[in-house]
Amino acid sequence: MSRYYSKDHEWLEIEGNVGTIGITDYAQHQLGDITYIEMPEVGSEIKQFSIFCTIESVKAASDVYAPVSGKIKEVNEALENTPEIINKSPEGEGWIVKVEVANVSEFDSLMDKSSYENYVKGLD
Amino acid sequence: MKLIFEESKSGRNSFNLPESDVSLKNFPVELSRSDVDLPEISELDLVRHFVNLSRLNFSVDTQFYPLGSCTMKYNPKILEKASNTPEFSNLHPYLSILPECKDRCNGALEIISDFQDMLCEITGMDCATVNPMAGAHGELTGIMIISSYHKSKNSKRTKVIVPDSSHGTNPASASMVGYEVVTIPSNSEGEMDVNELKKHLDTDVAAVMMTCPNTLGLFEKNIKQISEMAHSVGALMYYDGANLNAIMGKVRPGDLGFDVIHVNVHKTFGTPHGGGGPGAGPVGVKKFLEDFLPIPRVKRDNGSLVVISSSDKSIGHVSSFFGNFAVVLRAYLYIKLLGHDGIKYSAEMAVLNANYVMNKLKKYLKLPYDRSCMHECVFSLSEMAKVGASALDFAKYLIDMDFHPPTIYFPLIVKEAFMIEPTETESKETLDKFVDTIIDAVKLTEQNAEVFKEFPKTTIISRPDETKAARDLIVKYEKVVS
Repeated sequence: MSRYYSKDHEWLEIEGNVGTIGITDYAQHQLGDITYIEMPEVGSEIKQFSIFCTIESVKAASDVYAPVSGKIKEVNEALENTPEIINKSPEGEGWIVKVEVANVSEFDSLMDKSSYENYVKGLD
Repeated sequence: MKLIFEESKSGRNSFNLPESDVSLKNFPVELSRSDVDLPEISELDLVRHFVNLSRLNFSVDTQFYPLGSCTMKYNPKILEKASNTPEFSNLHPYLSILPECKDRCNGALEIISDFQDMLCEITGMDCATVNPMAGAHGELTGIMIISSYHKSKNSKRTKVIVPDSSHGTNPASASMVGYEVVTIPSNSEGEMDVNELKKHLDTDVAAVMMTCPNTLGLFEKNIKQISEMAHSVGALMYYDGANLNAIMGKVRPGDLGFDVIHVNVHKTFGTPHGGGGPGAGPVGVKKFLEDFLPIPRVKRDNGSLVVISSSDKSIGHVSSFFGNFAVVLRAYLYIKLLGHDGIKYSAEMAVLNANYVMNKLKKYLKLPYDRSCMHECVFSLSEMAKVGASALDFAKYLIDMDFHPPTIYFPLIVKEAFMIEPTETESKETLDKFVDTIIDAVKLTEQNAEVFKEFPKTTIISRPDETKAARDLIVKYEKVVS
């Protein structure tokens, strides 16, 4: 099991060929209180670094970019009525989708935890 | 304060209807209702209710309102008076489109036509329409014109390019017309990154949408190069007129290479901000796009006014009749009131005031793009946020200091953005007082940032639960049954 991070502040956790995707704690903090999330459909294909869902917060509506390409297997239905889970537990219960990962070589363009932490430090 | 429904007492009344002189004998019973639950209140209580409600307002007429990107400019009162004269307000809109009635509203049609001409003179366009009913509606109209133009050339284009500093309405309008939106990042100068643009610019691109000066309040120095690049692949240039106030009378978008523009008359020409009410977002185009403008149109042909009600290439109707005429009338009067020199002077003062505030404050607040600004300046309060006073907290503090807060958290590319737009009509004294208040706030964060969480203390509600408001929106009164 390993976890990757993107420059756009999404995380990807890999277990077998299934990747779980969510936004990072830094991202939820930047967004502020989340009010709504527009989910992709199960079965749809997503492409690495392309928009796959939109999150609305009290500050703005923001696009979420796929850290990896693949087919959506499952969406976190709990987020439909209680999107605030993302604020409370962005990297746990607040996961957004699970995908069947298409191409493992895409992980090369992502960061590991410590590189991501350094990357975020550099943003301040 | 209570809602008017909560003040209702059965049987109270503030008016009496005369006896109906139309027989209700044939009125269908199923259409009659008696359970509408309207408030019942005496005239005096009614007057008090609304006067007291109005006293809770924050407005340009009562306080300094430096809401960046929204240009809360003062609306001269004579515009209200003139546009409310019965000769205008009692005109029936059908007069304008029935050929046999046209002579009975020639004055109004002449105003529309003259306004279109003035708009073209100010923006460097060739033809215009006043029909769209708001800025975003103007954008949609403009992109529909661009889409129809490409279709007429059998050119299948799928993308629209916007900068990452754009107003959210730009990608939304492009998306509504069916385009894929490509966002170009800004460079370290706060302008569109030309090299990034190069990578994405191809014959799939229908238009490049730009705001100039952009939403950071900065003039896009490469704008002519960007226009040339877009035109070289057959894409059109779209000008979002949100910040026209900064350059009107000085620079014409048409001369910068823009093909289509919309103007937010409430940000530029002294009409009230709609807030969902009647607005106008006139659109101007270059000559080669004239046939695609919406109908109806009015234009001068050899000196006489002609109303065009149908046209093969037109995108069709975008509103009923000529949009919101009374709003257009105010904009027309505003331009007439200021005149050629006044329009220029207004832009100069708007820019001067913003630079004055920016230079006074940049010693105290972080200025991410440190260069001369246009009509607004954007600070980042990220340092204060770290010690516990975010841009939101600063905004709430200002309410207690009797200032309307500036725009916060926009544009999205500046962290803890704090966007100040003073507008042209504010005096140096008002600006100084505002600057001093901000400096006091900065000092307060150094002493005790925690107190910022308590502001505002002077308002009827301190901090509404914005999350709850967005999630559980209630837009009509319902009796709470306990």
